Amino acid sequence: MNAPRLMRFLLLALVAGMPFGLQAQELIHSEKSLYRQVLVYEDGETRCMCFTVRCSKGRQTCLYVKNPDQLALGYSELMLSSLYLEPNPKSILIVGLGGGVLPRTLSQLVPDAKIDVVEIDPAVTRVAEKYFLFKQSPNLKVSEVDGRVFVKRAGREKKTYDIIMLDAFDHEYIPEHLLTQEFLEEVKALMHPGSVLAANTFSGSGLYDYESVTYQKVFGEFYNLKTANRVILARIGGLPTLAQITENTSLFESALAKYRMTADDVIPLFNKRVDWDPKARVLTDQYSPANLLNSR
Amino acid sequence: MYSIVLYLVAGWSGFFVMGVELLGGRLLAPYFGSSIYVWGALITIFMLALSIGYLAGGRLSIHSPSLKRLGIILILAALTVSPMLLFGTGMLDSVSTAIEDPRFGSLIGSAVLFFIPTTISGMVSPYAIRLLVDDRATSGRNAGHLFFVSTFGSAAGTILTSFYLVLWLEVNQILITMIVISLALGLTACLIPKNRRDE
Repeated sequence: MNAPRLMRFLLLALVAGMPFGLQAQELIHSEKSLYRQVLVYEDGETRCMCFTVRCSKGRQTCLYVKNPDQLALGYSELMLSSLYLEPNPKSILIVGLGGGVLPRTLSQLVPDAKIDVVEIDPAVTRVAEKYFLFKQSPNLKVSEVDGRVFVKRAGREKKTYDIIMLDAFDHEYIPEHLLTQEFLEEVKALMHPGSVLAANTFSGSGLYDYESVTYQKVFGEFYNLKTANRVILARIGGLPTLAQITENTSLFESALAKYRMTADDVIPLFNKRVDWDPKARVLTDQYSPANLLNSR
Repeated sequence: MYSIVLYLVAGWSGFFVMGVELLGGRLLAPYFGSSIYVWGALITIFMLALSIGYLAGGRLSIHSPSLKRLGIILILAALTVSPMLLFGTGMLDSVSTAIEDPRFGSLIGSAVLFFIPTTISGMVSPYAIRLLVDDRATSGRNAGHLFFVSTFGSAAGTILTSFYLVLWLEVNQILITMIVISLALGLTACLIPKNRRDE
């Protein structure tokens, strides 16, 4: 490519990139932790936490600066749909804090619930508190420890939760030891009949089939809600029917308006169709080359 | 034949150590996570064990060194890895219950599982050098060859385990395969006729 053509190409590429916010993304905070660089970018109205420069490998969390209650990332609505399966949780466990959007929203929606959050990286907690309006309270506590270690310990103490949310991501994807059958069994041991699990994954990942068979092996049938993210909703003791779920949505419809969330967006996504290869290999502690499989 | 087997033992031992180390990370993750300090604890134990193994191997090479004894060292290293297959998870479970801090938990856990086999593996290189060296003039060259083979083996063990083996096999299957290869190679070394190569 000769120089003027290269120039024109680059210019074109630059202009083409603009609508996606490449132009005005401004770094407002950067913090090194034991695990990574925690970065906060602001792009006009949106503020995001990322673990890679310019969020090249995805965003951990986002917030509309002028309307922080509004859910900025679509997957939050899918995770919060677990309330339609268990509308009255007394105890909630969330593995992976990010910017704390889920615990912050839940503590407003179900203020009496005791919420335990597990976050491995103290820097993430600091940044969530400083830039994403996250606040701990007597009913909302963060434990700074590896998710797997927390779950194992909670199991030894025979703790249980009404809702468990798995939302732990590193810069690439879910850490390998949080994808295995053994881990999910340990999570299941923290559940009682009626407890609901919500797990955030990616629809387009190379791990989709492996994850699906692993979750199915441990939890049986589940609701599979898909956008760019795929959220798995499972329940101990069998899934409620779609009619029951739809009925429960009315309990939250007015409360959710504040977050710009409506059941109409979510209910059509509920389905139990097996859209993965059922012969895929189950991920175990003995076999979990997740990042290798993901990049194939 | 003599020196081929000798180099094979040294190269394989390097492969074995790194294979076990990487799989060790896998075994520790469910109990302590896979943070940098868990890897740090694991590598610390391996380095410490190797350093002591070098001392012990050098010491042992003073009295009637033989290829047969080198084979036995390799076999012992493999045998002391095998309890991991049976008791590894139970052991790590009790360590992680007893020690809350994942840094020291993983340090103790790695020490219990890996210290002995890695110390024994560390004995291989100095012992093999003793068997190779004829005189002072060529001793450096011999040591260079030996280090080359054993560290090259380590590199191979690292890339094969982390890029491919974990994709094809379960952790325990890889460990068993490596133990079997060590036993076979160790036995071969024991059976090679005593006479020094004639060069």
